[in-house]
This record gives sequence, structure tokens and C-alpha cells, in this order.
Amino acid sequence: MMFRILNARWLAPQVRWIEVEAPRVARHHKPGHFVIVRVRDGGERVPLTVASSDSKTGVITLVVQVVGATTEVLCSLETGQHIMDVVGPLGKPTEIEEFGHAVLVGGGVGTAVIYPQAGALKAVGNRVSAVIGGRTKEYVIFEKELGEYCDVVYPCTDDGSYGYHGFVTGKLKELLDKPQEKVGAVLMAGPVPMMRAVAEVTRPYGVKTIASLNPIMVDGTGMCGGCRVKVDGKMKFACVDGPEFDAHQVDFRELADRLTSYRVEEKIAWDRLHGEHECKLAEAERRCASQ
Amino acid sequence: MSRPIAGGRGDGIERRACSPATAVAGEQGTRQWRVMDSGENEEEQDMKPSERMKIARQHMPEQEPLVRARRFTEVNQGYAPTTACLEAQRCLQCKDGKCIKGCPVGIDIPAFVAAVSENDLHKAADILFAANVLPGVTGRVCPQETQCEAECIRGKKETPVAVGYLERFVADWAREHRKDLFTPPPPTGKKVAIVGSGPAGLTCAGECAKRGHQVTIFEALHIPGGVLVYGIPEFRLPNFIVEAEVETLRHRGVDIQCDVVIGQTYTIPELMESEGFDAVFIANGAGLPIFQGIPGEHLKGVYSANEFLTRVNLMGAYRFRDGEADTPVMRASQVVVVGGGNTAMDSVRTAKRLGAEPAILVYRRSREEMPARIEEVKHAEEEGINIQILTNPVEVLGDEHGWVRAVRCQRMELGEPDDSGRRRPVAIKGSEFDIPCQVFIEAIGTRANPLLTQTTPGLKVNKWGYIEVDANCMTSIRGVFAGGDIVRGSATVILAMGDGKTAAGAIHRYLMNGK
Ligand SMILES: Cc1cc2nc3c(=O)[nH]c(=O)nc-3n(C[C@H](O)[C@H](O)[C@H](O)COP(=O)(O)OP(=O)(O)OC[C@H]3O[C@@H](n4cnc5c(N)ncnc54)[C@H](O)[C@@H]3O)c2cc1C
Ligand code: SF4
Ligand code: FES
Repeated sequence: MMFRILNARWLAPQVRWIEVEAPRVARHHKPGHFVIVRVRDGGERVPLTVASSDSKTGVITLVVQVVGATTEVLCSLETGQHIMDVVGPLGKPTEIEEFGHAVLVGGGVGTAVIYPQAGALKAVGNRVSAVIGGRTKEYVIFEKELGEYCDVVYPCTDDGSYGYHGFVTGKLKELLDKPQEKVGAVLMAGPVPMMRAVAEVTRPYGVKTIASLNPIMVDGTGMCGGCRVKVDGKMKFACVDGPEFDAHQVDFRELADRLTSYRVEEKIAWDRLHGEHECKLAEAERRCASQ
Repeated sequence: MSRPIAGGRGDGIERRACSPATAVAGEQGTRQWRVMDSGENEEEQDMKPSERMKIARQHMPEQEPLVRARRFTEVNQGYAPTTACLEAQRCLQCKDGKCIKGCPVGIDIPAFVAAVSENDLHKAADILFAANVLPGVTGRVCPQETQCEAECIRGKKETPVAVGYLERFVADWAREHRKDLFTPPPPTGKKVAIVGSGPAGLTCAGECAKRGHQVTIFEALHIPGGVLVYGIPEFRLPNFIVEAEVETLRHRGVDIQCDVVIGQTYTIPELMESEGFDAVFIANGAGLPIFQGIPGEHLKGVYSANEFLTRVNLMGAYRFRDGEADTPVMRASQVVVVGGGNTAMDSVRTAKRLGAEPAILVYRRSREEMPARIEEVKHAEEEGINIQILTNPVEVLGDEHGWVRAVRCQRMELGEPDDSGRRRPVAIKGSEFDIPCQVFIEAIGTRANPLLTQTTPGLKVNKWGYIEVDANCMTSIRGVFAGGDIVRGSATVILAMGDGKTAAGAIHRYLMNGK
């Protein structure tokens, strides 16, 4: 199968907006779902969030950050080019409930995950706020789009170049501390350290907190167990049992550690892509030997 | 030493027959061959049983163990035509071939073997394909020793006819030399959806297409074949063999749509209601890997066999270093695999090929109880796999950076028989010891994947989540059939194919007569 790219553009440095023709995925996509993409022959299978979908036009939107060789190749594709495989929608959709006031927290491309959630939460009558973070102003994405669904959007930047000066956790804590905000639930997606920190912020308040996890995946259908995460001390497969879990029960340390499993190989792939022929294999070998 | 027989089929294929005349006691390689003309062929047919009995089972040529243990190319090299012919002559042509009963798809084994001995490979192929759409696969992976070859009369006293090797020989010949002579049947106008392209799905597709139904296979992964391509390694079953068999199905009009997960992309009710399918066959395999549930399974370097094999076979991770694949797999100097089935054998032999020294297999029962095919165990040992029986892992130990550094194991002894009639392994107190390793692979089985069943209201499953079917493979939903591992639990390729075939017959009756 080949999936045509209808529109590709940069949203922020190293973050690309890619609209893909995938009618079957679009028809059934719900907030919280993801897809697995294989960019080219011989390519890896990587999970990506579906930021939005239109069942009428059959188009889905992926928001992709360049974090390694595969995402770099994907982000180099232009409008009119094709992605080899797109399979989905995968995972369980977000459980959309009436929380009263739902606060969405997005870090980096994680903001793409909370975007469709915002629409769904609003549709069932929630008051919806979004706290979105980026290193600097140009890394804050989806502010305008979120504005369509949210009652308030709070952009945050690490350097204070835009919006709230500080991490999303700081802004979130302010909201939690205001009794009139009556925060009923927090839904979040972003880098693991952010999610871990958010979980710790909400824990003392006893507010329901849901995290969308991003472990390494292969098939995305429950067949390999590579995506296993520990939730409440039990092993779960994020691709079929998740990817959303109660953040207060997730072992984020383990998740962060497992994400480093292929560090060396990722570096090899990156160097290869960038034409650096110096061989890192010896390094990989040493790692094996020294373990 | 052989020449084409004049007046052959003009297809460039040498039709010749071999004679055991000078070959009886001879070792392979020193044997002399005599070409017979068609008159002699007749005579050959009438070979006396005593003559046949004198021929010893022909050895399967294999790559040298130490060479193959470093490569992914196929271990078994296949019979040469002359060897195949000689092996075929060992068959006593029993009137009621017991072997046929041993074959889950009922191949007319004596007939195809006779055709091989007469060197009529076209005929042999016709007989094979009539019963089995994937002979190139089954000839390589069937546990013949418990099926056809277990029933073979010659096996009662000495060694059975090498049915599997002959099957493989004919299938390989057919792939090289024969165009698919398929004439499309008149279309029935009925549409059949098949979920999953493993052996059950492929077989059902082929059989339904033969009957004129329009068949679409939906496959979750990006290439078809199921376990045949993601699980079973290239050195046992090269992917191109599966590709060729899949190509044959496409040629027969079967539409294969990859990247579709039934239960997510479509549900079964949608297939029947909005997508216009008249019947569905579910063959999505067992799938979900089981972990032992011991401490340390989160460590980097712990794999399920499914993940390890999928990375290597489906994603080609063994070519990552050459830059030909983007998916990595952890290579380690020491690897431990737990399990005793084919999956465990495949994992440990794959680890060996990726450079593990030692590659160790631990199994908690005794050797006799290993479910793996005998040939795999033999091959593994020749390749230097260290097999430790009556040994069970109890913990995976990690270093300060979260990488596996060893597996703690316990020695076991055999106690009273359990429900399965096998003697229960009991841990020996105080026998714990550590095996250093950097990769630990669990190959202890799979369970039913609920992805599809939980989105199909009214579909009856048993307490383990496997789909319940009647003798015709029909599920609790009319028009929806199921077979293979999702019904049987982890079984075999040929049993999955048997289900595919039974289901196709039942689907046909259902579509044509409504029952
Ligand atoms: C490593 C290994 C080695 C083995 N070795 C042998 C051997 O030597 N001999 C032997 O006889 N047996 C062997 N087996 C067992 C044998 O492979 C299985 O019994 C057989 O493949 C089962 O066939 P199946 O068609 O039921 O399912 P599978 O082969 O599992 O195929 C199921 C297919 O369905 C797809 N699928 C799953 N869910 C969905 C969905 N929701 N929608 C769409 N598609 C879906 C899967 O991706 C897969 O392609 C081995 C198994 C393994 C894992
Ligand atoms: S299909 Fe399997 S069981 Fe049947 S004859 Fe061939 S090898 Fe034997
Ligand atoms: S990605 Fe393989 S089981 Fe989840």
C-alpha cells in the first residue's frame, strides 16, 4: 500500500505537519488513537499520533518531530510523495467523560495528542483548558487550533519568550491551587520527564490524571510485547491496553529507561543517514561485550 | 550420468528415472546412476518390495553446522533429483497408505511419491497441490515425525520414507519449472473476507478462490504470511518461498490488503454489513506473547521471542549493520532463551547467528518433552547451542544502567505426572545459579489476542479467549468462520491449513446453499 501526502509543512523547528490520504484510518479515528508508519522499504515501524482526521475527505494529520533517522526521512517527504505503510487507528481511544473542568497538558509534539481530545471533551460539555509548553516561543504549537475548542489556552515557555515563564507543571499547579478552577481531570502527553513531573504535581490533589505513553513499538497489535510498561505494578502492552493509562500508577522511570534501549543503534542510523561513514559498530560491539 | 529422455514434455525438464541397481549398499556420492527409457520405467514400477527395502533413507544435504551457524541462509539444501527418486523408491506403495491418515490435509502420499519415483514431477505436483496449497512451506516446517512419517510402515522397523523431504523437493521443482495452470472458475458473485494471512488464512483464500468466490485477505502487518514471515526464521523457511506461494494466490485472483487491523480499521460486523462480504474467515493467530512474570522482565535486553524474531525476520534487523534495514536488534555475546518449542529453538539459533557465544537454551522439563521438531533440536545441537534441561529462570538480573547482566535459574527434578500426563517439574531447593547474559528471550508461549474478539459482539470465545467453532469451523455468528491458532491455541502450520481447508468447504456450502 502507498499513502499519499497531501500537504506537508514545518510547524516549528524540526516539527512537521503531514496530511496523509488514509481513508480507512480517518473513518474510525478517535482521540487517543495512533497509527504505525513505515516510511520506506526496509524501514522501521514507528508509532505516531493522529492529530486530526476527516472522515469525509479521508485525510489524517500526523505531527512528527525529528528525533532520529526514521523521523528525519519522514519529515523530508514533500507534498505529493508517498509513505509506504500507514496502519491504524491503533490503541484504545481516550475515555471521554464529563469531568466539569478538564485540563489538557501538552509538551512539544505531545500537544498533537491533546488537540483531538480537546474537541471531544468540549463536545460533551466540559470546560476545557490547555497548558502547552515549548522550549521557546517557536516551539509552542497548536495554540490557535486548541483555541477553537478550549476555553483558555496557556502557552508556557522555558525561557519566558512567550506566555507563562516556566514549565507546564508550574502553570498547572497554579490552576490546581485555585479552588474556583475545580479541576476535574488532567490529560497529558509529552516527553517522559514532563509526564512524570505532571503526575507528581497532581498526585497530592487526588485529581484523575491520564497520560498518553510513547514506548518503543514494533507491530502495534499486541503481538510482540516490546511496548510493555508497568502500571500499578502490572505489565501492560501500551499498544493494545493503552496508550493512555492512569498517570499516578505508571512507572515512568522504567519507561524512560526502556526508551534508551537502542541509543547506540539510533546513533548509527543517524550517522549513516548523514553520510558519516565512520563506523560506530565497534562501539555497539563494545557495549555488548562490557555488559 | 543422466540424460533427458527423448520425447519428454518439451519443457526443458529432464525426465529420467533412477535405478537402485548399483546403489543399494552404496554411500551417497559413490552411487552410480543408470538412465532408463520409458520401457524400463514400467519395470521400475514393478520394483520388488525387497529391492525397495534395501534402499536406506536418503540424507538431506545440509550446510556445515559451523558455517551455517553464522548465516541466515537455509540449513537444508534439498534433495538432488536422483536422491529424491531413490528416496521415493523406498516407498512400498501400501494399498491403504497409513501415512495419508497421518497427514492433516490428507495428501495422497503414496501417489505423489510414486510419481516422484517415476520422475513425473508434473503429476507429483498436481497431486500435492490438489491437497495442499503451501507444500513448499509444509515440506520444510511440518513435524512429519509425528504425522505422516510416524504412520509410515517402514518406520515401524527402521526409518520411514522421508515424505517431508520429498514434498519439499516437488514443491521447489514446481516453483522453478511450472507456471500456475490455474483456469479461473466461473465467478459465484460471493465475497469472502479473510482476517490474517498466516497459513490458515492463505489456505482458506486459495480454496475459496478455487470455487469461484471473490476473496479479500486483510492483514495487520505490512507483508502477508503471518508466522511464516515474522516468526519462522529464514534459515528454516526462506521468506521468498512464502512470497512465491502468496504470489500464486494473487495470480488466482486473491486480493491481499495489508495494513488493515480487523477490530480497529474495520470490525467484523462492518465487513458483513457495510463492506458487502457474504462470509468471513477469522485466522488472526494466537499472537500475544506470555511473559513468565519473574522480576527483571522490564530490563533492557529482555525480549519476547515474538519481538526478537519479528525484528530479525520481518524487519530484517540482521541486515541493520549493512544499512539494508532500519530496525535494530540487540546483539549480545551471551544469550539465554527459555522454552522448549520451535519458537525457542528458532530464537536461540537466531541469537547464535547474530554472534552469541554461548547461546543457551533452558527448559524446565526433560528433553523428551520438548515440543520442538526433532530436526530442529538436532540442528541446534550441531550448531553448538547449549541446551540445559530441567532448568527454570526465576529472575532476570540487571546492572546499574538497566541492562540485563544475568539470569538466575533453578534446577528442577521430575515429580508426579500433572494434568497433561507429563511429570511435573519441581524446583530443587537451594539449586539457584546465575547464567551471565546480556539478552534474555522468553519463548514460553502465547495467548489469544483480544483485539478482534472484543469488538465482535456475539462471538463466542472460551475461557482462554480462543474462538469456539463447530466441526465446520463456523463460529457462534452465522457466516463467520474461524480456524488456526485463534481456535486451537498454539498449534502447527499444517493444522492451521487443515482448518483453512475445512472452513473453505463449509463457507462454500453456506454461500451456495445457505447452510
Ligand atoms: C517461531 C515459531 C516457529 C514455529 N515453527 C513451526 C514449525 O516448525 N512447524 C509448525 O507446524 N508450526 C510452527 N509454528 C506454529 C505455526 O506457525 C502456527 O501454528 C501457525 O502459523 C498458525 O497459523 P494461523 O494462520 O492460525 O496464524 P498466524 O500464522 O499467526 O497468522 C495470523 C495472521 O493474522 C494477522 N492478524 C492478527 N490479528 C489481526 C487482525 N486483527 N486483523 C488483521 N490481521 C490480523 C497476523 O499479523 C498474522 O499475519 C511456529 C510458530 C512460531 C511462532
Ligand atoms: S503436509 Fe505435512 S503431514 Fe502432510 S504429508 Fe506433507 S509433511 Fe506430511
Ligand atoms: S508494539 Fe508489539 S505488542 Fe505493542
